[in-house]
Amino acid sequence: MPERNIMRRKWRAGPRIAVVTLLAIIFPLLFSERPAHAADPPGAECLMCHGEKSMTTTRAGKTVSLYVDGKKFASSIHGSLGCTGCHADLEGKDFPHEKPAPVKCGTCHTTEQEQHARSLHGKAIAHGDPLAPHCVTCHGNHDIVPVKDARSAVAPLKVPFVCGQCHREGTTVSRNRPIPQDNILENYSESIHGEALLKKGLSVAPNCATCHTAHLILPHTDPASSINRKNIAATCTKCHTQIETVHRKTIRGELWEKQANVLPACPDCHQPHKIRNVFYAQGMADADCMRCHADEKLRRARDGKSMYVNAAEVNHSRHSEEPGRLRNVACSQCHSEVNASHVRPCETITHEVDCTACHDEIGKQYAASIHGQLFNKNDPNAPTCKECHGTHGILGKQDPQSSTFAVNVPGLCARCHREGQKAAVRYTGLQHEIISNYTESIHGTLLKNGLTVTATCTSCHTAHQILPRNDPASSVNANNVPTTCGKCHHGIEEQFENSIHAKRVSGYSKPLPVCNDCHTAHSIHRTDENSFRLNVMTTCGRCHQQIAETYFDTYHGKVSKLGYTKAAKCYDCHGAHDVLAVTDPRSHLSRANVAATCGKCHAGATRRFAGYLTHATHHDPRKYPFLFYTFWGMTALLLVTFVVGGMHTLLWLPRAFQMRRELRAAEAELAVANEEGADV
Amino acid sequence: MSNGGVQRRQFVRFSRLQRILHICMIVSFMSLALTGLTLKFSYTKWASVLSHLLGGFENAGYIHRTAAVVMFGVFVTHLVDLYKLKKREHGTWIALLLGPGSMTMNRRDLTEFVGTLKWFVGRGKRPAYGRWTYWEKFDYFAVFWGIAVIGSTGLTLWFPVFFTRFLPGWLLNVTTIIHSDEALLATGFIFTVHFFNTHLRPEKFPMDITVFTGRMPLEELERDKPREYEELVASGKLEEKMEEAYPAIVTRTIRAFAWAALAVGFSIVLWIIYAMLFAYR
Repeated sequence: MPERNIMRRKWRAGPRIAVVTLLAIIFPLLFSERPAHAADPPGAECLMCHGEKSMTTTRAGKTVSLYVDGKKFASSIHGSLGCTGCHADLEGKDFPHEKPAPVKCGTCHTTEQEQHARSLHGKAIAHGDPLAPHCVTCHGNHDIVPVKDARSAVAPLKVPFVCGQCHREGTTVSRNRPIPQDNILENYSESIHGEALLKKGLSVAPNCATCHTAHLILPHTDPASSINRKNIAATCTKCHTQIETVHRKTIRGELWEKQANVLPACPDCHQPHKIRNVFYAQGMADADCMRCHADEKLRRARDGKSMYVNAAEVNHSRHSEEPGRLRNVACSQCHSEVNASHVRPCETITHEVDCTACHDEIGKQYAASIHGQLFNKNDPNAPTCKECHGTHGILGKQDPQSSTFAVNVPGLCARCHREGQKAAVRYTGLQHEIISNYTESIHGTLLKNGLTVTATCTSCHTAHQILPRNDPASSVNANNVPTTCGKCHHGIEEQFENSIHAKRVSGYSKPLPVCNDCHTAHSIHRTDENSFRLNVMTTCGRCHQQIAETYFDTYHGKVSKLGYTKAAKCYDCHGAHDVLAVTDPRSHLSRANVAATCGKCHAGATRRFAGYLTHATHHDPRKYPFLFYTFWGMTALLLVTFVVGGMHTLLWLPRAFQMRRELRAAEAELAVANEEGADV
Repeated sequence: MSNGGVQRRQFVRFSRLQRILHICMIVSFMSLALTGLTLKFSYTKWASVLSHLLGGFENAGYIHRTAAVVMFGVFVTHLVDLYKLKKREHGTWIALLLGPGSMTMNRRDLTEFVGTLKWFVGRGKRPAYGRWTYWEKFDYFAVFWGIAVIGSTGLTLWFPVFFTRFLPGWLLNVTTIIHSDEALLATGFIFTVHFFNTHLRPEKFPMDITVFTGRMPLEELERDKPREYEELVASGKLEEKMEEAYPAIVTRTIRAFAWAALAVGFSIVLWIIYAMLFAYR
């Protein structure tokens, strides 16, 4: 191309004799360059093979062309670098060479590389997302030309299509990645920006990269993002520099000064990708909606569902514009597919309200939760945002009227999880009557008494990341339970994590007990209640079977069996959450501590006193020989005594009966004699 | 008895104090047995029901220790009584132990035992027993043995902190076994062998209540303890040992008490047998 320009210039500038001059100039040029090309043409050596269109290889079972268009490459901005300028690892390699390493554009394009790495595209690559775009995805490879060149893949007019490869409806990315905006490319092309760029060829009209930046693309929730609420004004004012003065007129001037906190950000009115006209120019958008939706009789033709919107409810909601509320949200910000140019702006709506457009992080949590998983499987039972939070009247969880206010949470979850309801019916685990058990539990009782900081369903199961307990990520998974309970019971968690029951301490591979194994999950009661004290041996005995059995062979166990709550239970001696092996010097039962532990009940207890065997059995001759032989000695004494005494008595019986008969006979004789005497 | 009304004067076998001590013994022994066995057989349903009836385990413990004190009292009172008897009638302990009417086993008891066994198998007449038969003496010393063994071990369990100042802690496990098994022996023996041998013998059916009234008809003494009767007749001291019989109302009350004690005793025996056979561990 430079040669041609020179030629033109020569033609224009010079007279005909210039042809001679031209030839005189050109020929030496051509000839002087040819030998140079032959000696070291950038990529010529490579093109000997890669210049052949038939050159292919097989990768992952697919035939891949290895053809490089030499001309295009030579005319690209990287043409002068030669092949090894980018494929540096092939320098001096013998043929045929191995598959080259991925080209590192960042070697030269440091800034772009660094921005890209921070962007969500770069992070996706780092996470190993196969759909994430690399440099070549947008820029191409061997035919890269400067952005200002109309042939560039990323020339302004082409950018929407480059981005649209992935961010248009129906692509793998749009279907599989959580992108809160719909019909991005379509909406953009219809927007005032898109129309200017695509239809009218106004290359200064903003394309995707203008707002999202080219390389540092970040989600709007990221404070560093160019489209973050805080930054969006700056992004828009890159072009709309005087827009503030316009707004001063449009929005009552004082709002800018008095209520800067409720000041809408650009996309609140000018919806992203749809920017055409301001809603407000056509009148208040909400008012437009309410023209129809204020009618209490309004019904949806499809299914007769009431489409009435109670304005008062909305005005009291968290999304209202009342002072002190979070912010004012217009109807169309949630019902986002409205088209203000239609008579019925809502007729373009095709999707349900997507709360994740703003509540992005929560949306991700929900999608990963069991509720979200079921929703993605189109399960009709799956609760969505509105099942718990409501719709127009949505309130914050701090509001006592809110369905998500602590006191109301159990009732909210109970709608599905109460016995007999849809969630309880499909549940196959061991936890039943969870709502009634919770209500009677210590947490439930405290909640009933109005203690809002006590644990409700969401305190343990989380609000949005609810997962079944067998999921390793679940807050109620055995591995996470101590942390979950520790959110409130921090001191106890600390003790527990240092106890023998913590995997870290015991190094035991089998499942170890966590909070709920002893305290239960939903029917947690106070541990000073009799039922807990009397049942704890059975609880510990689930794992410590033998030691629990022998406990019942000695005094503490026997009186506990009889319902005596004061007698020492497992944790009175071993400790509850800080239970340690008795060999551990920190254990309550270590040589140094045992007397003090006994002394809690037995004032004045000594080390010798602690020698009492609280888990002894007289059935084990090897472990407790003295008990074994005492027992059998006593048993022998009993047997001998009973056998001798019993035999003596049994042998006596016949004689005793004989004596009785004789006595009766003598009595009868005496009676007869008396009668006769009386007669005489 | 039909002739009870006829014969108003009866032979006095037991002193007032002895009778009182026997009743105290019954009450304390029954209480100790009931409360103690609930602990020994704590794993049976019976035990927990009984424990609740007694006002919970803690109450049962109070009853047990109170009864133990009563029994120690009975024991000490008896020793004091023996001391007085020694001073009054024998002068020295040796005389008390070896003299006539002594509770100590002697050569004659051996011959009577052999004679009894012969009588049992039909090879001889019933021996002419004196004031105390050998089985009565056995029962008497069994109580001494029992109080010594059960009492001492019981004290170690009552005051474990004190005893472990000079005894090893594991000894409490040993004394527990001795205490409870010796108690089992005592209850088992009293409620079967002693009941039969002294109170429920067929020839005395329905019940011998001499130990409560202290009196027995003279012909019964003549029949049951012929040697004592003959000795008394020979020495001419019989008449001074005769007293008025108690009115019928007193004997009826005593009989009711005795039957109640018997019923409790037999229930305990049945419970022990049940626990040993079906629930033992």
